[in-house]
Amino acid sequence: MPLLDVQDLSVVFKRRGEQPFAAVDGVSFSVEAGQTVGLVGESGCGKSVTSLAIMGLLPKRGNSVSGQVLFDGLDLLGLSDNEMRDRRGRDIGMIFQDPLSSLNPVVPIGVQVAEVLQRHQGQDRRESTRNARELLDAVGIPDPDRRLKEYPHQISGGMRQRALIAMALACKPRLLIADEPTTALDVTIQAQILTLLKELVNGTGSALIMITHDLGVVAGLCDTVNVLYAGKVVETTERHRLFAAPRHPYTNGLMNSIPRLDLPRGTPLTPIRGSVNDNIPWREGCAFAPRCDNVLDVCLEGTPPLVDDGYAALRCNNPVSHAQEVAS
Amino acid sequence: MKPVTQHKIEKLERLAASTAEPGGVSLLRDASRRLARNPVAIVGAVIVLLFILVAALAPVIAPHDPVARYAELTRELTVDNIPGAQAGFPFGSDPLGRDFLSRLVYGSRQTLFVGVVATALGLAVGIALGTSAGAFPGRLGKWLDLGIMRVTDVMLALPSLLLAVTLVAVVARPSQWTVIVAVALVNVPIFARLLRGSMLAQRESDHVLAARALGVRQGAIVLRHILPNSVGPVIVQATLTFGTAIIEAAALSFLGLGDPDINRAEWGQMLGVDGVRYLEVRPELAYYPAIAIIIVALGFTLLGEAMREALDPKNRR
Ligand SMILES: Nc1ncnc2c1ncn2[C@@H]1O[C@H](COP(=O)(O)OP(=O)(O)O)[C@@H](O)[C@H]1O
Ligand SMILES: [Mg+2]
Repeated sequence: MPLLDVQDLSVVFKRRGEQPFAAVDGVSFSVEAGQTVGLVGESGCGKSVTSLAIMGLLPKRGNSVSGQVLFDGLDLLGLSDNEMRDRRGRDIGMIFQDPLSSLNPVVPIGVQVAEVLQRHQGQDRRESTRNARELLDAVGIPDPDRRLKEYPHQISGGMRQRALIAMALACKPRLLIADEPTTALDVTIQAQILTLLKELVNGTGSALIMITHDLGVVAGLCDTVNVLYAGKVVETTERHRLFAAPRHPYTNGLMNSIPRLDLPRGTPLTPIRGSVNDNIPWREGCAFAPRCDNVLDVCLEGTPPLVDDGYAALRCNNPVSHAQEVAS
Repeated sequence: MKPVTQHKIEKLERLAASTAEPGGVSLLRDASRRLARNPVAIVGAVIVLLFILVAALAPVIAPHDPVARYAELTRELTVDNIPGAQAGFPFGSDPLGRDFLSRLVYGSRQTLFVGVVATALGLAVGIALGTSAGAFPGRLGKWLDLGIMRVTDVMLALPSLLLAVTLVAVVARPSQWTVIVAVALVNVPIFARLLRGSMLAQRESDHVLAARALGVRQGAIVLRHILPNSVGPVIVQATLTFGTAIIEAAALSFLGLGDPDINRAEWGQMLGVDGVRYLEVRPELAYYPAIAIIIVALGFTLLGEAMREALDPKNRR
């Protein structure tokens, strides 16, 4: 049994006077214990909404969530607010994109880390402060005694994200969800944070859901990758297979739009045409069809199914063929 | 009456939205740096400090006992003649032969007291109401919010004078507490709405989401994560309120709704009772308390406005 099994998860936002909008549209994927799974896609494809739905953190009103989120066999969507609150931070941790705004500006770092320990492990003030210091040390924050007393604005962006990681991992959750944890950081810091995350999840045996729009992050970290487009999974495969042969035209497009060292210099980058705004609704066809080079007539006749051929699960009528590349 | 209330509400909402930026300590630090460079703030702060000093040191500063009647002054005192400045009594006499300067100095204590207590009382109730309205998500919270907001709408429509007159009629005996309660009540809805507005903005903030993702309990979220980040605009408003509270309190005393104790020196009463009655005999009796009220109210208003400007994220650099 996987640690987390997301089945047919949908989140539909409803605004008065507007068409209901399915930000997440029947997403299924699973995460084995200790595994690192990527959720990849352009901004707006529903990555954050998926993670918030798993955590039970979506706004109470204005949306409806359906499907199943089985954590250790238990459906999280069926839990009461209190039960879910007890699990957050203890069984499942989460870190966010912007470390500065994710920290409480008027509370010292140490108190914020200690708060988690007091909340979930019933530690008193002294014990939790001592452990908070250890945690800051463990996430590589130099001079933790001083940092404990400092406020978020007094430390650097990288250190803030480290502090947030310390908070999320304080209770050694079995699953950590990282929603674009490096997007707001400098490039040099990004690599450090990713390395740290990798070490920590390996050390604690936590599973990790890595949410990113950056295939570079996926390449360094993930075991399995789910590519999302307009709220649906369009390709699920193992990392090496994905990079060796991206088969969905969207995945392929993402791959061609990042610079690569293994291609001859001067090979032009080919970004995907158009933007996420050019989607058509899934019920009329493949949402990616208007931007796709491989588009066929059948692509405009209803949602293509997600088919697993043993190599990858694909939602495409005309996948990219890699016959020549594999041969050469 | 309605458009005025509407206008007040809109202004409060704008104010709450504009100052309820995440940023906390760094924002405050920024703001205080900008405040220190702003001459308006400095003038306001100096006035406020001087006022507090005078009130605190009144027994030292005042040359005489404010309630004693002095033979030097009563000797020539008649209804048509109130002695002016003379040796030892630079501001002359009040209508009862007491030292006018000492009474002015002591009057600052009463003003400070009424201002502080009325503002604090308004703040306490306003914060309680605003927190209850802004703290709770979900259906029940929504109803609570709605209920409290309608109550504050009604309160916003009440002018303080009318309220005070009613209060006096109800308690039947005017005292300084009538004034304090009336002024506090008028300010409750202002504080409540401001706090609610900035709490609603904070509720949606990233750090509150992050705290919820850690399983932090609702109570701790409100008290540790939302409230401390929402009080900025309320503190600014409290400073501004202090200025208006002084004027309102003076106005109520002026109308005779304040403390009837003739020994207690109070600027509004000095202006309203003695000042008006003897305006033709000795206009200084009205001028000096009036000037004192204006200067102090101005000081708090300048300081408050400067604080508001400094905290406004639109002015951040
Ligand atoms: N609270 C909300 N109300 C309405 N629409 C929302 C809300 N949150 C997100 N969305 C919409 O859902 C879609 C997916 O958003 P999101 O999951 O944040 O994308 P990303 O993949 O960049 O994280 C976007 O089109 C966004 O506009
Ligand atoms: Mg996102």
